This record gives sequence, structure tokens and C-alpha cells, in this order.
Amino acid sequence: MDIHLTLVAQAIAFAILIWVTVQYVWPPLLGAIETRQKTIADGLAAAHEGKSALEVASKKSEVTLNEAKQKATEIIGQAEKRASQIVEDAKGAAKVEGDRIITGAKAEIDQEVNRAKEGLRAQVSVLAIAGAEKILRKEIDGKAHSDMLSKLAAEL
Amino acid sequence: MVAEHTQEALTPAKYIAHHLGFNVQNVGDAGGFWRINIDTLFTSIFLGFLVIGLIWWVARKAQAGVPSKTQAFVEIIFEFVDEQAKSMFHGDRHAFIAPAALTVFLWVLAMNMMSFLPVDYVANVVELIAGHEAHWRPVPTSDINTTFALALSVWILMIFFSIKVKGFGGLIHEIFYSPFGGPKFFKPKSVLGFIGLIVSPLLLLANFMFNMIEYISKPLSHSLRLFGNLYAGEVIFLLLGMLAGSSILGMVGAALLGAAWSVFHLLVVPLQAFIFMMMTVVYLSMAHESH
Repeated sequence: MDIHLTLVAQAIAFAILIWVTVQYVWPPLLGAIETRQKTIADGLAAAHEGKSALEVASKKSEVTLNEAKQKATEIIGQAEKRASQIVEDAKGAAKVEGDRIITGAKAEIDQEVNRAKEGLRAQVSVLAIAGAEKILRKEIDGKAHSDMLSKLAAEL
Repeated sequence: MVAEHTQEALTPAKYIAHHLGFNVQNVGDAGGFWRINIDTLFTSIFLGFLVIGLIWWVARKAQAGVPSKTQAFVEIIFEFVDEQAKSMFHGDRHAFIAPAALTVFLWVLAMNMMSFLPVDYVANVVELIAGHEAHWRPVPTSDINTTFALALSVWILMIFFSIKVKGFGGLIHEIFYSPFGGPKFFKPKSVLGFIGLIVSPLLLLANFMFNMIEYISKPLSHSLRLFGNLYAGEVIFLLLGMLAGSSILGMVGAALLGAAWSVFHLLVVPLQAFIFMMMTVVYLSMAHESH
């Protein structure tokens, strides 16, 4: 237990060493470590953010996809409806057109028949009169009988 | 160790005394207090500037990106000390306490590690350099001057921080009013109250005594624990060296025991450095707390 000047010298050395550490050793190490910790923390936060952004995006894409599918189904349905309507319309139009054609044809046929009847009527009365003239030349008043036959022919 | 001084018969007492002697140098011719242990000073200052210089060298080029292996190693030590300081001290530890703890830990560890050097080899090398028989104690922490210097420095820092945080009046108040509290002003109506009136001022005295014991015991336990462990370690190595010199059988026994003690000492050296650092941090944090 021999205490002397060594103690003072050691205390001074100790003070210098502490001063050097406080001043020159600790701050740069602390700075480096804290900066790195911050960088890592930022990186982790960014990764986390990216992950949640990805989640949101995938959810959004799913929603969009579903919407598109629904729309497509709707459009197909509408198209089918429209197609069947067009077919119905076409059918109706064709029927109308057919009816019209049939009516027209019928009217023409009636006209033709009438015309033929007219022709026949004219020829029948002429022929009948000519026949009757030949048979009854002598005894029948030509004019009175022609009127009678015309009347008869008109009744045909 | 035997070859060093063949001219005289080597007795065990002389062997131990030789190894436990300091290389003392008088400063002036006053003697007494005015002496210096060259061996302690040289080794401790050399080691102090070596370890602090090494981490300064790494810290100077410390980068925040991917650290080099050397920097990673220094950072492990840094984090270790910082964790301890963090758990003990709730203030701005980076300003003083944590770097001081780092200094204490590394310096004391380096000084303690000198005890791993075989004592006789050190003596041989020193005498080879000096050219004559010379005392040389290789372990600065087994010199009471070193441990007292450290403990007293911490003690002074402790008082400094006490005054800085609480003010001089606060420190004086704490010495007289904690841990038992101050006198209470009883109304002397009953006998009990009368006794209280007389006895309670004695609390001041009790507090004062209590705190004085604490203030004296802190540097003592701080320094003597480190000194005792390292000194005992050194003495045991010396005793084993003596046993080795006694006979062939003694040499075998000393080798075995020496190996065992070395392993034990491997634990003691960092443990004592750690304890010394922890106590430094604890004392300094206690100084920051007011009661």
C-alpha cells in the first residue's frame, strides 16, 4: 500500500484518455451507427410501404377485373337480346312484305279475271247474237232479241 | 528465472519480493510522496494510448454504410458498452458517461491482460534491456496507485456531476437529509411528541454519517476490488513459479495448476474490467439522481 505521485500521473493519463474518447472516438462511431440504423429503418419502412401498396394495387386490379367481367357479361346479354330482336323484326317485316306481295298478286289476279270476263262477256254476246241471228234470221226481230241477250249477258 | 542472478542464492522470499517490487524513481530528492512507479506508468500509458488510439483510428474512418470487419468489431464493443450505459443512466449518456465507460473498460481490460504475460519472461526482457537486475511489475492494475487513481477520478467526477445536477446546496442537503429524511416539528403536547422533538434532529447526524461512509466506501470498494483480484492473481502465478523451481515434480504440478489458474484468470480479467466499468457507470448515474 504505497501511494505516491504515480496516482496523480495515472489520474492525468485517465483524464486525457477520457477526453480523447469523448471528443474523438465516441461521436464518429455513434454517428456511423445511428446513420446506419436510420438507413436500415428507412429501408424497412419503404419495404413495408411497398408491400402495402402492392396489396392495394392487387385488390384494385381484382375489383377492376371483376367489373370488366360483369360488363362483358352485360354486353353479351345485350347483344344477344339485340340480335334476337333484329331477327324478330326481320321476321315481322318479311311477313308484312309477303302479305303485301300476296295482296298485290291477288288484286292482279282479280283484275286479270275481270278483264278475261269482260273479254268473254263481249265475245259471248257477239257469238250468241251471231248464232241466234243464224238460227232465227227470219222470224225474230233482231234488235229486240239483241237487247234481251245483252241483258242476259250482263247477268253473267 | 534462476539464470538471472546466479551470483546469489535465490530464495523463495527473494523471488517473490523481486517480482512484487516496483521500478521506483524519485522525483527530486524529497522521497515520500514524490516517487513514481516507472513500470506502472509506462505500461498503463502505453496500453491506454494503444487501445484508445486503435479505436480512434477505426472511428476516424467509420462509415455508415456496410462496415469493415475491423469497424464491426469496434462497433460490437461500442454497442456492448452503450447498452450497459443505457440500462443504467437515463440522460444524455453520449455526452460523457458512455464514452467514459468505454475508456474505462478498454483501458482496464488492456492493463488486466498484461497478467497473461508470463512473469519471468517479462523480468528477463526488462533485465536484458536494462543490463542489470531491475524491478518490473507488468500489470498496472495490480498497483494500488492505478486503481486508486481511477477510482478517485470517478469519485471526483461523481461529486462534480452531483454539484452540476443538484447544485452545491442540493448536494449538502442530500448529505444531511437522505436517506432517513430530516427532523419533523412535532407539537410537544404528548410525551411521544416531546421525544420526537428531541430525537428527530439526530436524523441529520445519522444521514451525515451514513453518507460519509458511503462516500468513503465507494472509491475504496471500487479500487480495492480490482487491485485485489489482479494482485492475488499475480501472487498465485508467482507461487506457482516458485513451485515449478523447486523440483521436477513441482514443475509438473505447477504446470497443471498454472494451466487451471490461467483459465480461471481468463474469466477474472474481463470480468473485473467489466465490473469496474459498471461501477463507474453506476456511481456516475447515481450522482445524476436526486433523492
